[in-house]
Amino acid sequence: MTTQTSKPTLTLRADFATIAAWIKPKSRVLDLGCGDGSLLHYLRTKLGIHGYGVEIDARNILACLENGINVIQSDLESGLSGFESGSFDYVILSQTLQAMKHTENIMQEMLRVGKEGIVSFPNFGYWRNRLQVAAGRMPVSQSLPYQWYDTPNIHLCTLHDFEQLCHKHQVNILEKWVMNGNRKIVFLPNLFGMLAFYRFSHTSQV
Amino acid sequence: MHDSDSIGIVTPRRIHFDTPLSLKSGAVLDSYELAYETYGELNSARSNAVLVCHALSGSHHVAGVYADNPKNTGWWNNMIGPGKAIDTRKFFVIGINNLGGCHGSTGPVSINDKTGKRFGPDFPLVTTSDWAETYVRFADRLGIDHFAAVIGGSLGGMSAMQLALDAPERVRHAIVIAAAAKLTAQNIAFNDVARQAILTDPDFHGGDYYSHGTFPRRGLRLARMLGHITYLSDDSMASKFGRELRNGSLAFNYEVEFQIESYLRYQGDKFADQFDANTYLLMTKALDYFDPAQDYDGNLHAAFTRAQADFLVLSFTSDWRFSPERSRTIVKALLDNKLNVSYAEIPSTHGHDSFLMKDDYYHRLMRAYMDNILI
Repeated sequence: MTTQTSKPTLTLRADFATIAAWIKPKSRVLDLGCGDGSLLHYLRTKLGIHGYGVEIDARNILACLENGINVIQSDLESGLSGFESGSFDYVILSQTLQAMKHTENIMQEMLRVGKEGIVSFPNFGYWRNRLQVAAGRMPVSQSLPYQWYDTPNIHLCTLHDFEQLCHKHQVNILEKWVMNGNRKIVFLPNLFGMLAFYRFSHTSQV
Repeated sequence: MHDSDSIGIVTPRRIHFDTPLSLKSGAVLDSYELAYETYGELNSARSNAVLVCHALSGSHHVAGVYADNPKNTGWWNNMIGPGKAIDTRKFFVIGINNLGGCHGSTGPVSINDKTGKRFGPDFPLVTTSDWAETYVRFADRLGIDHFAAVIGGSLGGMSAMQLALDAPERVRHAIVIAAAAKLTAQNIAFNDVARQAILTDPDFHGGDYYSHGTFPRRGLRLARMLGHITYLSDDSMASKFGRELRNGSLAFNYEVEFQIESYLRYQGDKFADQFDANTYLLMTKALDYFDPAQDYDGNLHAAFTRAQADFLVLSFTSDWRFSPERSRTIVKALLDNKLNVSYAEIPSTHGHDSFLMKDDYYHRLMRAYMDNILI
């Protein structure tokens, strides 16, 4: 008995376009925690990039193969030892940073393997989150859709927190984009931004 | 049991080659034959051929059954057939018995035209590179410019890699399963113990047991028993046999007491009934010699520079003979060369033999990859 599987539907998340705007056509991209390969598929279609995803979840690895996306099974928590230094133009960590145990290590590994890093994460400083904390509850919202007891997010941070970490590791922030839905937030982003995007490199490279 | 998506009855064929083949050892075979089977139809563009390379003890009988022996099912029948992961409605699948084999291709049991006797120990040692050359010649004869995919597990995976390196323009996709970029000292050590079992069998007669009317059965049986242990995992042996006794109580003698002893002896006997000892020696040597990085000062990255294929590399978590770590070495070399590659570690308890087993996730990965191969 064989199971006929239909290809999973590729999702088109709002943040893809933001990330794509930062990526040069035909570049080499490593997408950490690539899910079903949707972002890489998007970047390949739009920009003709050559990319690989990194995943640990069996269902996602299968989905990547079904979607024709290069995927390498690896545990991000143990770093990127399977990848050569400087072998990618961009290393992307999309909405995964906050769920990682070894946050500092992955940031450093991203900049070892890639010329530039791109991360996105939910901003814990978003006013709705602050309001819920002020009311005495852990925040549950569109960007943080988990209860405290079942959340994978163990290292939530605000924009300020992230920038401080970059400073500590001499990481140079090249560009920052803060979103609320499809709107770009310029005024008080740490208060009004729901999702943060950063493009960064080593200070020494600038 | 009726297997509705089996390829059904298949017929082995042979193809004769007259152009001398210079082997890596320096020896030359003036002519030779390859036994093979095919499943599915070669399309008019000749772009849908898939070569399946066999492992140490495999053969060209990869799928289906024989009309005169319906119990003799191909060794990868669970993977190949109409509607299966390697779908014979889409692909023209080829199995070739490697040169030096004992299932129909020219090997130690074949008659040497020069002497009128079996080759025996005079059959030259062959390498994966020699096999790659025979695959190319085979493809030429069938008018196949390039293989849509070359697939193999274990030694078969190494053979697939070798072809992707030696004839890069002829391999579009390579699927390398439960393999390694070279054998470790431990791997070679296991192979040598297996060889010593055969070589020191009094019935071996320097490999010319055919003319002595003997067969180094004890040696081959031991070799297989040892090999078999390394193909399984501690966990799978524990769960399948544990310390279970065959007759319920200890007998305090050297007959079969534990079930695992019974199983291993059965496996050894079965194998010794159907395999040639010289071929076993030769195949283990082909494994030991495989080392594409050797000509590049041990630099696998450099060795893979000539490869062009897209790769799928698969390993199994419980495989300690060729562990996932060994596959990751291959993946690293492919990544360093900017080749398309995907890699998955399949959860399994069956050890190295997992690559032959039916496993839903494993087969879905294979199906997904094969489905995306354009022909």
